[in-house]
Amino acid sequence: MEANAQMEQHSEAIVTFDNVVKRFGDFTAVEKAHFEIGRGEFLAIMGSSGCGKTTTLRMLAGLEDPTEGAIYLDGEKVNGKATWDRDTPMVWQSLALFPFLTVQENVEFALKMRGVGKEERRQRAEKWLEKMQITEFANRNINQLSGGQKQRVALARALVTEPKILLLDEPLSALDAHLKVRMQAVLSNLQKDLGITFVYVTHSMSEAFSMADRVVIMSRGQIEQIGTPEEIYREPYNRFVAEFLGSANIFDGVVQGPAGADGWQVAYEGGETILPKSELPDGRQGQKVTFIVSAENMQLSLPDSGQPGIEASVAGEEFIGGTAMVFLETAGGQELKVQKSHDELSLLNLHAGSKVVVHWESGSCHVLPGENK
Amino acid sequence: MGNENRIINLLLKLHIALCLLFIFAPIAGSFVFSLNSDRFPSLPLGEFSTEWYRLIWEDPLVWQGFANTVVVGLTVAVIATVLGFGGAYTDFRYNFTGKSFYLALALLPPTIPVVIMGLAMLAFLSRVNLSGTTISVIIAHGVMCSPFAMAIIRLRLSQMDPDLEAASWNMGGNQWQTLRYVIIPFAKPAIFAALFITMAVSFDEFAVAWFVSGLNETLPVKILGFLQGQVSPRINAIGSLAFLSSMTLIILAQLLLRSPEDKK
Repeated sequence: MEANAQMEQHSEAIVTFDNVVKRFGDFTAVEKAHFEIGRGEFLAIMGSSGCGKTTTLRMLAGLEDPTEGAIYLDGEKVNGKATWDRDTPMVWQSLALFPFLTVQENVEFALKMRGVGKEERRQRAEKWLEKMQITEFANRNINQLSGGQKQRVALARALVTEPKILLLDEPLSALDAHLKVRMQAVLSNLQKDLGITFVYVTHSMSEAFSMADRVVIMSRGQIEQIGTPEEIYREPYNRFVAEFLGSANIFDGVVQGPAGADGWQVAYEGGETILPKSELPDGRQGQKVTFIVSAENMQLSLPDSGQPGIEASVAGEEFIGGTAMVFLETAGGQELKVQKSHDELSLLNLHAGSKVVVHWESGSCHVLPGENK
Repeated sequence: MGNENRIINLLLKLHIALCLLFIFAPIAGSFVFSLNSDRFPSLPLGEFSTEWYRLIWEDPLVWQGFANTVVVGLTVAVIATVLGFGGAYTDFRYNFTGKSFYLALALLPPTIPVVIMGLAMLAFLSRVNLSGTTISVIIAHGVMCSPFAMAIIRLRLSQMDPDLEAASWNMGGNQWQTLRYVIIPFAKPAIFAALFITMAVSFDEFAVAWFVSGLNETLPVKILGFLQGQVSPRINAIGSLAFLSSMTLIILAQLLLRSPEDKK
């Protein structure tokens, strides 16, 4: 499986999930999670709500115990080890700052719990307040701070013990878009400066893809794919990942036979295309194949241009910055999306109901390996 | 404002005024007559006098009753608040089968008619040879007051983000440390409010104390004794003082129970 191939890249793992299963009664929250997290890696765990990503993080923090399998942290099996005996601080979605303590006292908290003396506590907390640029708020009350300032307090509080790993559970979800982007930069730089491992749980693709070295995509307790953002974007493993990313068109076809030396002729509902042999090395006639073409690799022509392709009619358009996403519907009822610049679209002069022909280069097809086993 | 009905507003105001009048008129009357020189409460008033206060000040029986009340009140406040906190934290922290039954049982005592409660307490305490002692009043009042403490602290804990507790564990605080440095500081205003309110409840409680106190009477029981013997304006004086002390406790509790986040 692809996850296993990915594992070897990080020879020195700080965390290993060895076939970890977590059940709550009859409900399986995490099903056979099996992956490693490299030392100093920024790993994002992404999925929609209820996919098991937070449970995975909480098991690593020691807030939940796995039902089956083992979790290794820094070489030590940590099943059953209480969270207060681990050094796996977490930044909470709710931030969970103590409202009855000042900023400074919040940051000192973990040191106090570990019996660090008063003077040393103060010095170490001050260092982190300075690093997070919140020194001036040291004696403030938590509810006198803005969202971004609270975020920085939560980070300082989690990092004050200088842990090897930091767990983040959707820490930016409460911030507005502008602040979110700024905090992403803060987090990215912080992780590079400190060189420690960040495990970052999010439902937001933009957060995961912009910060993480590798992304784990989960759905319904299963890991669907692990890879760098680039790998996942270019080569989604299966239909779920392709749909989750939302920028690709998925086709179900049947191999008709070879097309030249390095291609397969594939028929799908509404048309035929050529798949490169590199995408389907051991293809054979009659084989079912699921492949994708990303929205930006699709071309549009007017019907009278004589260009072969699928005929479709325009259902609508969505504005995405400098480009637009055109939503189309084929005669067979399949929905397609095509991303194009505004200039290119204005030449076609499209409106709802316009007929167009959709086509693409054969090299832009990608076969979903998870669907073609 | 356009969406308010003048007549309804007026009726509501009248309603509140009448409520306050019925509650406070007898108390105010008692207070006025406690400062009146006449032996019997009647109009027109006689001269201003602190005579009745002087009499109770000099009455050892009153002092004894007051001392009993204070000892009982303070002890009961501490015991009831500790028990109440335990109950409230159990509710906050754990889920178990029969929890609703446990909660109903824990909050039951104030719903039992005091006469039945007093009789049952008397029957039980005399069996274990505790009846007629100060300890018996403390036990009885502890049982009656802890549900109030539990209700107050439970309300406060319900406002707590459960992540706070997990965050403390996650930062190296074991369960005892978390209780000490997170749960109790968070619940602190409610804990103090519970102390004051349970003390006030114990201060005022008559019926059960009457059954179980024996010779160690608390002030309300003493007052009944006075009333049975003779009608004296001293009652007015004691009543006024008792009212003042209870109100002080309740007001303190209310101030503490204002959400601490509102004060800023």
